[in-house]
Amino acid sequence: MIPGAFEYHRPASVAEAAGLLSQLGDDARVLAGGHSLIPMMKLRMADLSHLVDLQDLDEMKGIKITVSSVTIGAMVTQHELIADDALAAAVPIIREAALQIADPQVRYVGTIGGNVANGDPGNDMPGLMQCLNATYEVQGTEASRMINAREFYESAYFTAREEEEILTRIHIPRPAGGTGYAYEKQKRKIGDYATAAAAVLVGGGEASVAMTNLSDTPVWSQDAGKALASGDVEGCVAAVMGAIDPADDMRGPVEFKKHVAGMILRRAIDRALSRAS
Amino acid sequence: MAKMHVKMTVNGKEVEALAEPRTLLIHFLREDLNITGPHIGCESSHCGACTVDIDGKSVKSCTMFVGQANGTDITTVEGLTNPDGSLGVIQEMFREHHGLQCGYCTPGMITRAHRLLQENPSPTEEEVRFGMAGNLCRCTGYQNIVKAIMASADMLNAQKEAAE
Repeated sequence: MIPGAFEYHRPASVAEAAGLLSQLGDDARVLAGGHSLIPMMKLRMADLSHLVDLQDLDEMKGIKITVSSVTIGAMVTQHELIADDALAAAVPIIREAALQIADPQVRYVGTIGGNVANGDPGNDMPGLMQCLNATYEVQGTEASRMINAREFYESAYFTAREEEEILTRIHIPRPAGGTGYAYEKQKRKIGDYATAAAAVLVGGGEASVAMTNLSDTPVWSQDAGKALASGDVEGCVAAVMGAIDPADDMRGPVEFKKHVAGMILRRAIDRALSRAS
Repeated sequence: MAKMHVKMTVNGKEVEALAEPRTLLIHFLREDLNITGPHIGCESSHCGACTVDIDGKSVKSCTMFVGQANGTDITTVEGLTNPDGSLGVIQEMFREHHGLQCGYCTPGMITRAHRLLQENPSPTEEEVRFGMAGNLCRCTGYQNIVKAIMASADMLNAQKEAAE
């Protein structure tokens, strides 16, 4: 499995990278950890002539935590998310979710930016970012712009990011102290995408619920959050079941996936409520 | 497509070469450098047979282009032997506890176990299983692999204590 030939670029700044994308057009793709893109290149399903490796862009690294928000560079790996104790204290659901992604080797290399920007409905971070009401910062050759995670995903692999833009940072408002949280995922084996996964935040009269791999985009349901905020668990589950649209595939038929989605969501709600104070 | 110049440290030796950008690191190691410890198993980042250590991280070298590894410090299973060529602790424990059957997954297992024990020198059995989850053994010899890693941890800790 050898990919087609391409030219390799390693820019030293976001501005240089964005310039390359604008100049090279559709023939160029950015490379973060590469654990989604390289397999597709090997299968010759991703066809490109220029690969722009973002690994030297320090502007897209690091985790900054303030009293009200957390900013995560797009090149931060899943391993770095898990290892960061300050992040685990500020937004513990991120570590809980990241530990359920892929396997150790993939987590050392795979990035949060690649996970959210690729638009793969199987990825875990998009649903989690919708649950957290995160905002993505994207940068082209002009000034950067902000796109809310809940408005970013259009359909599988199609997002609000323009081809020549790079997703550089993720901004997350910190949940209030005492907010209960849970990321629950059902998968066939280690390293698999979710059959169904649920991200739940609840506490202080507020709640947010998002689901992964149960539609061609992540599913954040405002009605489900409202119901759970008022203590109506059945209403929350009913709202989610009305919002998801799973497809029949090798992870099971539609009815099975709906069943698993309901189970996973109830488990996530139970655990989140037990952690709320 | 023009070849690119790459330079890296592999098992303590500096290496320079010209390579096509599309060359995967595993092919570069095996075919250009003749370092055949890392194996090609699934070639799709599932099995972990190609695991190498890059700048202190366990990486599946079938899912990295050689250019991405430019400037890095790489250790393969060959680099985990003692300077006199005898087996290193983890290698020796895999032999003693029969942590291999056909042996195909072993270089990846040992290289991954090396990093796991660097990060967590006294893991529980559960932590070993979680930390080794990116490596598959199709002989399903996991019990002895876990035993070998637990024994390696004890041995390495005893050596460290003796040295202090």
